[in-house]
Amino acid sequence: MEHVIEITGLVKTFGSVRALDHLDLEVHPGEVHGFLGPNGAGKSTTIRVLLGVLRADSGHVVLLGGDPWRQAAELHRRLAYVPGEVNLWPGLTGGEVIDLLGRLRGGLNEGRRAELLERFQLDPTKKGRAYSKGNRQKVALVAALSSDVELLLLDEPTAGLDPIMESQFQQCIDEFRDRGGTVLLSSHILAEVERLCDRVSILREGRVVECGTLAELRHLTRTSIHAELTSPPDGLGTHEGIHDFFAEGNRVDFDVDTELLGDVLAHLGGYGIRTLTSQPPTLEELFLRHYGDTVVAESQNHAEAGSG
Amino acid sequence: MTSDLRYHLAGTGIFLRAFLRRDRWLMLWYLLGIATLYWSQGYSVDGLYTSQAEFDRAAATMGDNPAFIAMAGPARALNTTGGQVAWQASAFGAILVGLMAMFVVGRHTRGEEEAGREELVRSGVVARTAPMTAALLAGVIASAVVGVGVSASLIGYGLPVAGGLALGVGVFGCGVAYAGVGLLAAQLTSTARATYGLTGAVIGVSYAVRAIGDVSGGFLSWLSPIGWYQGMHAYSGERWWPVLLLLALGAVAAVAAYAVFDRRDIGAGVWATRAGPGRAAPALLSGVGLAWRLQRSSVLWWSLGMFIGGVGYGSMGDDIETIMGDSEFSKDMFSLGGPSLLDSFYAVATLMLVLIAAGFTVSSALRPHSEEQAGRVESLLATGLSRTRWYLGHATVTVAGSLVVLLASGIGIGFGYALVTDDWSAVLRLTGATFAQLAGLFVLGALARLLGGVAPRWAYLAWVGVAFCYVVLMFGTLLKFPQWVIDLSPFTHLAAVPALPMSWQPFLLVLSVAVAMSLGGLVAFRRRDVH
Repeated sequence: MEHVIEITGLVKTFGSVRALDHLDLEVHPGEVHGFLGPNGAGKSTTIRVLLGVLRADSGHVVLLGGDPWRQAAELHRRLAYVPGEVNLWPGLTGGEVIDLLGRLRGGLNEGRRAELLERFQLDPTKKGRAYSKGNRQKVALVAALSSDVELLLLDEPTAGLDPIMESQFQQCIDEFRDRGGTVLLSSHILAEVERLCDRVSILREGRVVECGTLAELRHLTRTSIHAELTSPPDGLGTHEGIHDFFAEGNRVDFDVDTELLGDVLAHLGGYGIRTLTSQPPTLEELFLRHYGDTVVAESQNHAEAGSG
Repeated sequence: MTSDLRYHLAGTGIFLRAFLRRDRWLMLWYLLGIATLYWSQGYSVDGLYTSQAEFDRAAATMGDNPAFIAMAGPARALNTTGGQVAWQASAFGAILVGLMAMFVVGRHTRGEEEAGREELVRSGVVARTAPMTAALLAGVIASAVVGVGVSASLIGYGLPVAGGLALGVGVFGCGVAYAGVGLLAAQLTSTARATYGLTGAVIGVSYAVRAIGDVSGGFLSWLSPIGWYQGMHAYSGERWWPVLLLLALGAVAAVAAYAVFDRRDIGAGVWATRAGPGRAAPALLSGVGLAWRLQRSSVLWWSLGMFIGGVGYGSMGDDIETIMGDSEFSKDMFSLGGPSLLDSFYAVATLMLVLIAAGFTVSSALRPHSEEQAGRVESLLATGLSRTRWYLGHATVTVAGSLVVLLASGIGIGFGYALVTDDWSAVLRLTGATFAQLAGLFVLGALARLLGGVAPRWAYLAWVGVAFCYVVLMFGTLLKFPQWVIDLSPFTHLAAVPALPMSWQPFLLVLSVAVAMSLGGLVAFRRRDVH
């Protein structure tokens, strides 16, 4: 088996709305794959196609080597799913739901079930109607993580968790990866993705617009430079690869295309450097490049230049 | 003092308008339902007897039957149309208006709080008590609307004005009383379900206490709001003061509710929710196990209700011929081709109960649909549970539950009949009569399944199927519907036991239609998106 998830040209429409527009996605065995995008970009729709809950209009989808629509139930024994909004049965306790979902998936690891209840500080004797949003989320997480599966499909799984539980969650994902598991983690919490994910796909309007390791993606974007020079920075602002240039006396602030960083630094040396700080791009900047209105046109140029 | 009052009412008007707007359909249906209940008693009584002598005879028979008195109320002036209306409609009218007041008050107080929407609303410039005051007022207004509707329909029908007023004012009083009780229950309990459970229990006990009181002729009836209502003696020398008891009960309960509200936290009740088991029982751990768990309390309550309803019909015993009279109307109604009016009556009674049981069948068959709408299906289908097994799990519970509910009603009829006549073989005979209609119930459930699979947006139209069968049964021959319309009802094809002998061939045919429709729903469900 080559990839855990392999999607090419996936299209899904709801009436006249095209939710997925020729989406491509590859998730490799053993990786934590971040699935980034704002609400409505198509993250949940993709995951629900992978679950066989929605039927693809066209495109090619392979999940764990099988067809997620035709072989749904048998594939589901090898994966676990946590939705962003967990709806529990009002009259069933959290413990009952964990056992039910675990059993329907083909059994759960008793030791891990007990351990996870402890770690997430979840009371399994409460009825579904009595849980808060965060606690409903924990029920679904415990149910998913206490199963021995190969793949986790997580759709914004930490939406209702407090920071302490969030860090517990991150540890659990690390442990799952150490056991050899694969994760598709949809999120819009960038810090979480930065902390957990090996590779990232960024979605926009139903397509993946960027995909790669964080290092690869950083390479495509800009580094921020703050410097104090010994001579006035005359003409620096027009140098190739420099953006958002700002100068006050001999002090300069600007962003530079990371691929031209060496070039620009060599040029900067000509002015005489007194102090220099550089900051690599954060994921947030990466993300905003695709969603901030001012940089949209630019990023499209960039994408065309890259593909051409 | 004025500014103090204004402070406590800030925002109440806005809430009240919003509540009344949200409740306008609910109120309209209850208004129509309850007004029709009263009005139709007058209409059917007037059609039943051809002479006053016959009416007097029937009234005497009814008035001597303790089962009737327990079911309806104290026997007064039963040989007048007004007396019959008051007797047959008032207890059920009180229950219905009580349920309406309970739902109106409960959904806007505990229901909103449970859904977590109330905190959001409270952050606006409103008095702490504004939502509950508005909910109480909405309940009172809804009750007043029903009261006016009852009085107007009876006076409009031509019955004496004073009696019509008494029944309307009394039903309003009952609504106010139970609105107050509902408001108090919403403070004590911590879920809407428990609020309805507690208020419903109070209504149920009111009914039972007055039943015992009326039969024993003792003072017990005076401990029940429904007893107070019937103590107004509509159409038989009206008394007006008992309505004050009803209004006082509503007021006292509401004052208590405000007192409790001041001492509790938002979101909490006085009685905490009970914890449950931390582990699942093995019986829960499958598609059908979950479906049964979700529906079992509904099966039990329906069975109990249908059993009691059955006892009600059965306890008419073999006095039927006297009670029914021999007018054209009753002949039309009960001429099912059989030689005996008694058997014809029980065949029609069985069909009526079966159509009530269809309420269970259709709501149960729609359960998969409502589960899907509540977003609880996705997580299940993301496990090894296939769509087919999930679907069949619910279908199994609907089929088995319908059988249980139906047999409970049949056993009820037989039991009630045997109590009065000492003919215990009737239990088996009349239970068998309900069983003969089972295939028709399955068709109604299958219609819900088919719609839920093919056109989930229209799934609730399955209720139209029930209404259609009811209209065909009640008015089909009377209003001379075209035969093909009558044939659309599955019950047309089934043998009306015990008036006619059981006939297996149509039974199996109707059954296979139900199976085919269910399979169609399954195929469609397997092919579509799940939401």
